[in-house]
Amino acid sequence: MTTLSAPADTRRRRAKPSGGVTNLWTATPLTKIVIAVTLIVSAFPLYWMLVIASRTNREATDIPPPFLPGGNLGANIQRVLSNPDAHYMAGLTNSVLIACTVTLSVVLISTFAGFAFARLRFRGGRVLLLLVLVTMMVPLQQMGIVPLYRLMVSLEWVGTLKAVILPYLLNGFGVFLMTQYTEQAVPNELVEAARVDGASTLRIWWNVILPAVRPGMAVLGINTFMLTWNDFLWPLIVLTPDNPTVQVAINSLNAKYGTDYVLIFSGTAMSILPLIVVFVVFGRQIIGGLMEGAVKA
Amino acid sequence: MSLHVDAGPAARTPAPPPRRHGRTRPTRSFLSWIDLKAAPYLLISPYYLLFLLFGIFPLGFTLYYSLYKYDLTGTTKWTGLGNYAALLTDSAFWNAVVNTLGMFVIATVPQMLLALLLANALNKRIRGRLFVRLGVLLPLVTSVVAVAVVFTQLYGRDWGVINWVLSWFGVDPVSWKTERLPSWLAISTMIDWRWTGYNAIIFLAGMQTIPRDLYEAASIDGASRRRQFWQITVPMLRPTMIFVILNSTIGGLTLFSEPTTFYGGNVHGGTNSQFQTVSMFIVEQGFREFDYGYASAAAWLLFLMILIGSFINFMLIRRIGGNK
Repeated sequence: MTTLSAPADTRRRRAKPSGGVTNLWTATPLTKIVIAVTLIVSAFPLYWMLVIASRTNREATDIPPPFLPGGNLGANIQRVLSNPDAHYMAGLTNSVLIACTVTLSVVLISTFAGFAFARLRFRGGRVLLLLVLVTMMVPLQQMGIVPLYRLMVSLEWVGTLKAVILPYLLNGFGVFLMTQYTEQAVPNELVEAARVDGASTLRIWWNVILPAVRPGMAVLGINTFMLTWNDFLWPLIVLTPDNPTVQVAINSLNAKYGTDYVLIFSGTAMSILPLIVVFVVFGRQIIGGLMEGAVKA
Repeated sequence: MSLHVDAGPAARTPAPPPRRHGRTRPTRSFLSWIDLKAAPYLLISPYYLLFLLFGIFPLGFTLYYSLYKYDLTGTTKWTGLGNYAALLTDSAFWNAVVNTLGMFVIATVPQMLLALLLANALNKRIRGRLFVRLGVLLPLVTSVVAVAVVFTQLYGRDWGVINWVLSWFGVDPVSWKTERLPSWLAISTMIDWRWTGYNAIIFLAGMQTIPRDLYEAASIDGASRRRQFWQITVPMLRPTMIFVILNSTIGGLTLFSEPTTFYGGNVHGGTNSQFQTVSMFIVEQGFREFDYGYASAAAWLLFLMILIGSFINFMLIRRIGGNK
């Protein structure tokens, strides 16, 4: 192994003087095995989802099980869409509506607050920011669920989308992230210079901050979209099964047709499709954002 | 913009400027005072408005509810700490606590070790870096419900792939759902499948901030790779580890979706509640039994659990590498 990879190493890393040190970062067989196994394990359940979603129920319970996709995907999707208990299309539309509204609002709210905390001086700013950080530790979903539900009952909002959307708009992580990002992406001098030129605060936000923090907004947006799309507990409580989110619709299928795997899997496969698209398109930003955020925090 | 528009008339007629000047100065300075002093508060106000409505208000009311006894007829009665006292002697609540802690430990310990191992592998020079990282993160974008649906089928007793594979090694079919430990294991694998890659990416980010000279110095001193991993990488990763472990503690102790989906969307957590978590217990008490006071008291105890858990883990991580 070492003899084989040595010439390649010297070619790639000519600047490094000592061969022993460079070798620290070369992939060993163990590295390759770990990565290969991880990739297989990561992908298998999703592949399996596709296999079952494109089969019949009889094939799905075969021993040994089928390991290649079949030809029934279209028919199964038809069954999901026409299922009277799941209201799948309504769920899909609702999820898109909820996730988009929440994402846009959270990004906007967080960019505003992040700008104020990072680049404006005002009384109580530090304390207020600290409050955000402390409340990020509180599992609001579990802690506040009973009063929130009763609030929605008394407003007669139970079963409506706004009952799901509004509590999601509270996102301390967003404020934290955008504060960090603004601090790093917008030099203070730039804000001062704009101020001297007579720009108003809103104008500075629009012309100076917004263009600079766009990558941070993208990271927050993708993150918020995925979390909102995938959330389950609150919609399960506050929505009714005839006007669900896509996760609640799958739950209805799962609860009523427990052994109809083909049906449930087809619904599940369709529900993760939008996320896979987002993931493939924005993958580079997602990883960049995750890694940066981790080191900053 | 406005400057250019004003320049025209001002140049042609010299008389108006002083008058206009005198008139606008107070308003303008008032506006700029507003802009400087009030704008920051206006900018953060949407967040704090939401915070008041959906943060402070529910938390306060949860505390308030927890001091009252609710019954199905809708009457409420002050009980003080009665709900808390009842919870502490309620075997159903303790069962949920034990399940939550058990699954947390079974899921988190291997997850951290695997994530470290994986991050170390990802930190090597490998081909197709972006592709590999995307592959590692793939589980994260899959919804919890979807993960749970697939794993529930894989863990089926009679036709599940996992029992089929185990049968090659002569293992009799395991009833993953009905027995306690197997159900914990099954749910833990769902959690680990989803979060190991994510944590590995976070660890990787931390590893890349460790100065490479440290390794060079160590290898010149003849330290083996394994030694370098345990004595340089792991201790230097402490800040990242604290972040990861606090995240996992909150996530693990509030576990809800996986076990709920595992039992067909029912919060009872199996026939004998063998995998009912505290979150599921709260929902069952609040929304099946409509005992708001009891559910709220349980929510506060859960919060206490999270605080204690976070503290213990924080101290544990500080120990790691502290004395090594």
